[in-house]
Amino acid sequence: MVKTLSRRALVKGASALAAGGVLDMTLVKLAFGAPSGAGDFTFAYISDSHIQQIEGGKFVRNWDRGLKRAVAEANLLNPKPDFVMFGGDLAQLGKKEELDHGLDLLSPLRYDVKYVLGEHDYYLDLGEYWADKISKHYYSWDHKGVHFIVLNSIIVDEAWTNKWATPMERMLVMAGLDDPRGSPFMVGEKQRQWLAADLAKVPKSTPVVVFSHSPLQKIFKNWNFWTDDAEEVQALLKPFSKVTVIYGHVHQIQYNQIGAISFHSVMATAWPWPYPETYAQEGSLLPVMTVPMNRADPFHERDATGWQFVDVHTGNVALSYSLPDNSPRVVAYDEKLKRPRDLQYSERTIPPHMHY
Amino acid sequence: MRIFLAAALVALAAPAFTPARADEFTKADLELWRKEYMAAVDKGRGVFTDPKLGTNGVVCAQCHPNGSNIHPETYPKFQKQMGGVVPLWVMINWCIQNPLEGEKLAPDDPRMFAIQTYITHERRGVKLDPGKH
Repeated sequence: MVKTLSRRALVKGASALAAGGVLDMTLVKLAFGAPSGAGDFTFAYISDSHIQQIEGGKFVRNWDRGLKRAVAEANLLNPKPDFVMFGGDLAQLGKKEELDHGLDLLSPLRYDVKYVLGEHDYYLDLGEYWADKISKHYYSWDHKGVHFIVLNSIIVDEAWTNKWATPMERMLVMAGLDDPRGSPFMVGEKQRQWLAADLAKVPKSTPVVVFSHSPLQKIFKNWNFWTDDAEEVQALLKPFSKVTVIYGHVHQIQYNQIGAISFHSVMATAWPWPYPETYAQEGSLLPVMTVPMNRADPFHERDATGWQFVDVHTGNVALSYSLPDNSPRVVAYDEKLKRPRDLQYSERTIPPHMHY
Repeated sequence: MRIFLAAALVALAAPAFTPARADEFTKADLELWRKEYMAAVDKGRGVFTDPKLGTNGVVCAQCHPNGSNIHPETYPKFQKQMGGVVPLWVMINWCIQNPLEGEKLAPDDPRMFAIQTYITHERRGVKLDPGKH
């Protein structure tokens, strides 16, 4: 049985918020089947805020609002999450001003925050300011019986990285999701060696949760819904009996199962992205089990942005998506099917979720 | 007059390159029109990724990579924002005014032509389906 938390139970006092009490973030609940619930814990996930400087102290209002709302509501969560993950792309163009402003907006969080690096944070100074002020680029830790890993999955080869006239030219090219001058993301050999060494210390029965910015699977190369060495990374995770990969970058709900590895995306607080299949000129490898959300309607400023709480049921996750302008969704690990399943929208034939 | 006569003589001498009839056009014409069309597509891509189109640096392509999720083949259609049935360019102006916080373009602004050309080009091959949501 998959047990999920109701939004009402999680967001104690959310009605105090004028804006409807829905969170632009993710709460992850890890439950390990103990009848008493002993050992269960939760963490929240906020991602892809794309804080964008206009000039001086002026920033794009819409993106600011998405992040502010997530932070305000995360502080109301009940039960309290053990920590908050930020899933990358805090900035739009990697500027110190954007990262600083993003950190300012995150600072009211009353929890420990851990960070994943996104390409929008990286390609101006290759993550120097990030490493200095915010977080390591890749690291791991143990928490209540779960091994957590953060990878930097958005690097590309050195020839591409070094070929640009200026750092800002490089940043602008990589910031254009559909810019044909971009390059496919990868984790890279150095990090894969680190990952292998890190995993060598972990018992194979320990639940492993990996955070990356790009999907550690290949979905759509045009928009870098893609990690070039995904198969190599998956091979390192394969010996473990319960693995979950949670990634940002795609600004939409996706889920998949490859062997014992469950994949889940998290929503952006900034803006939604279309599903790859809406680009009529290229084929998409969107996992067939993923039931897409309805296409975005810009009439609603927060449409198709949102948050999710993820219940890792006996080491497998159930993500509950709570979306400010959309119906909530729950994508949970199904013990019978051995894969994630959308509990309410398990088929594509429901009119609001037909995508074209 | 002399120039006109000279041109007429050239035309008579080489009818294959300068067709005199409205229902005749050449491979060169087709190539020219294609080139002009692709130039308009490229110009549209430029406007679509121009941070100066609005006032806040946000570009169209930020939310619409490859012009996707616009569905030009579904226009004209009812837009909730407008409270009525509108063609695509009206919706483009809504986006310029709201997410981009800019001033709307005149319907015959060359940039508006270019944006529509680019968007439609990226959606080529999809059948017309006006009114669809």
